[in-house]
Amino acid sequence: MIKHFLSLEWKQYFRSSYWQKNIALNILLVFFALYMIGIFVFFGVFLFKILKKLFPEQDPFIVANTFIFYWIIAELFIRFFFQKLPVMSVKPLLTFPIKRSTIVNFVLGKSALSFFNFLPLFLTIPFSISLLNNGYSGSVVLTWLATMILITFIANFLNFILEAFSSELDIPFLPLLVVGGGLFALNYFGIISFTDIVGQGILGISENPIYILIPLIVLIALYRFNFNILRKKLFLDASLQSKVKEVNASDLSWTKRFGDIAPFMQLDLKLIWRNKRTKSMAFLMVIGLLYGLFFYPQPIYADKTFLYAFIGIFSTGFFLINFGQFIPAWDSGYYKMLMSQNIKYEQYLRSKFILMVMSVVVMFVLGIPYVYFGYKILIAHAAAAVYNIGVNTHVIMWGGSFNRKKIDLDKKAAFNYQGTGAVQWLIGIPLMLVPMAIFGLLDWLTGFEVAVAVLVLAGGLGILLHKPLMKAITQKYLDSKYKMIAAFGKDS
Amino acid sequence: MIYTKDISKSYNGVQVLKIDELEIPKGQSFGLVGNNGAGKTTYFSLLLDLINPSTGTITNNDVVVSQSEDWKPFTSAFIDETFLIGYLTPEEYFYFIGDLRGQNKADVDKLTAKFEDFFNGEIVGKKKYLRDLSKGNQKKAGIVAALIGNPEVIILDEPFANLDPTTQIRLKQILKDLAEKQGVTVLVSSHDLMHVTDVCERIVVLEKGEVVKDLETNPTTLKELEAHFAKSAVSVSEEEE
Repeated sequence: MIKHFLSLEWKQYFRSSYWQKNIALNILLVFFALYMIGIFVFFGVFLFKILKKLFPEQDPFIVANTFIFYWIIAELFIRFFFQKLPVMSVKPLLTFPIKRSTIVNFVLGKSALSFFNFLPLFLTIPFSISLLNNGYSGSVVLTWLATMILITFIANFLNFILEAFSSELDIPFLPLLVVGGGLFALNYFGIISFTDIVGQGILGISENPIYILIPLIVLIALYRFNFNILRKKLFLDASLQSKVKEVNASDLSWTKRFGDIAPFMQLDLKLIWRNKRTKSMAFLMVIGLLYGLFFYPQPIYADKTFLYAFIGIFSTGFFLINFGQFIPAWDSGYYKMLMSQNIKYEQYLRSKFILMVMSVVVMFVLGIPYVYFGYKILIAHAAAAVYNIGVNTHVIMWGGSFNRKKIDLDKKAAFNYQGTGAVQWLIGIPLMLVPMAIFGLLDWLTGFEVAVAVLVLAGGLGILLHKPLMKAITQKYLDSKYKMIAAFGKDS
Repeated sequence: MIYTKDISKSYNGVQVLKIDELEIPKGQSFGLVGNNGAGKTTYFSLLLDLINPSTGTITNNDVVVSQSEDWKPFTSAFIDETFLIGYLTPEEYFYFIGDLRGQNKADVDKLTAKFEDFFNGEIVGKKKYLRDLSKGNQKKAGIVAALIGNPEVIILDEPFANLDPTTQIRLKQILKDLAEKQGVTVLVSSHDLMHVTDVCERIVVLEKGEVVKDLETNPTTLKELEAHFAKSAVSVSEEEE
């Protein structure tokens, strides 16, 4: 039975058009994996020495254990965004004579083979070896290693429980943020020291191997819990029940003032609010807005003016980039219908254009408090906003005419590569790097004022040329009409 | 109204449709039948300019569909569920289509009110998204949406599939009325020979992309069609033996 499952999985993976068309993306992911492995091995080998240097007074092994709390929190976050429960397309199997428990066990068992469960080993094994070399007893080190492996699996199954509960919510990552952030805050402000509890606990287990039963029992309990959740989901109506949500229609009549593009604007706004992927994208705008806070408060960035342009482009253009790069794939589900309707393509595109412009303006206004870190930042952001409106909107819509990938609107947003192709990677260059390079270079050569002026000028030129540019872009979309219809009809 | 000349469509050298000449006059109810892969959907897609013909042209009311978009205001279609916008409620979808076809809310409401029976109370006012409706109800919404804006040509691909018997009967009446009383050219495809003969004045049989029969409907048409398709079933089973 397992053999059949495995061969199904294999075929599903390699026969998906996604794999076949996305070799470049897959290679990129492999490189990323190798890079992560490299970093982990490096730290695994040198962690002992590094800790000894940093904390010469203390035992490196004990210091290392105090970090495990942060490790677990970070692991949960990373897993939540990257790791998905490898659900097989089980629907066709339900009527076959296979026990439901076999299917569930296989799905859960397969998750144990995830890359995320092997990655920590690249750190823990070299670190264990260096512990042995430094005279720690074999039994302590082995028990410690076993505990770490158990913790990895606990995180693995805990993550699926978190995902199962949060997938129903409007903001799927909110529970994780609250729980993870809450634990972190309690620890940080010294209310409850989880670093000590976790660290001491793991030390205790290492010294008394019998206590390893505790994480083992936790792991088994989590597995059972997952098993029960998943088993319940293996009925066709289980997924139907949650769907019956009442529609809360909002009044969008204010869009009427945009005249002939109003129907499309209403459609776009509904698209954003009523689908999982677009909705979480909209919530991510908060992160885009706060992005500058990662840089501006830090003194080392204080005189790096070229960063202002980058952060300005990124934070005022966050929606523009995330929404714009998938025009017209957002409408891929019903593209055929749109193409057979009596619509003017130019209106359809202009609605998206206006939406993006509005988002840039709103993001800029919300970002005005950055003036606290210096008036130059505000000026640079304003220039970046003008550049976004004049240049980037057109560039991204032009890039959209190369989109050939369907998007399933009901999938989660973060780190969802569906619909992503070479276009999305390449378009980033003119979008972000070009303005940054222009600004950085001019700022360095001639000064801040000229750099700002050039960005504003480029944006202004784009705004002036809006009509002819839109005409050219519309023509580009019309030219690739048949190709898009054919591509959007295929499942990825 | 619709004139097809020398149209053909090939994919990678394999011909899936080839019609030398086909004329559908205004106000005719036209039925297209054929087995899977006969080219019915391909023909409708060409008619809606959703795919590019390999050769030939289709002219809809003197407009060559692959060259101008002027056929769109008087033509409407429902091919499959991908014509629906899943995240809208049926009403919102009707209003959206209405907007595109120059109809205000009142016009759309007036039209959909006529189809209360057809909807059977399951479409309007339910506060459900189209994606959450059953296949049959989705189809009902799609068909009615295709009637918005007084189109002169209506194209429906497999309109009877997935519908319950009561709705099938109601739909047949609606389609007949459109052609007879309002002079609308109705193009339907179906696997169900009985429904097609009930609704259509003229039936064309496609086989492997070519027109093999072109019949005026009369009381013997159903028998003739059944005989035709039974024959190909017999000949296939003979070949297999």
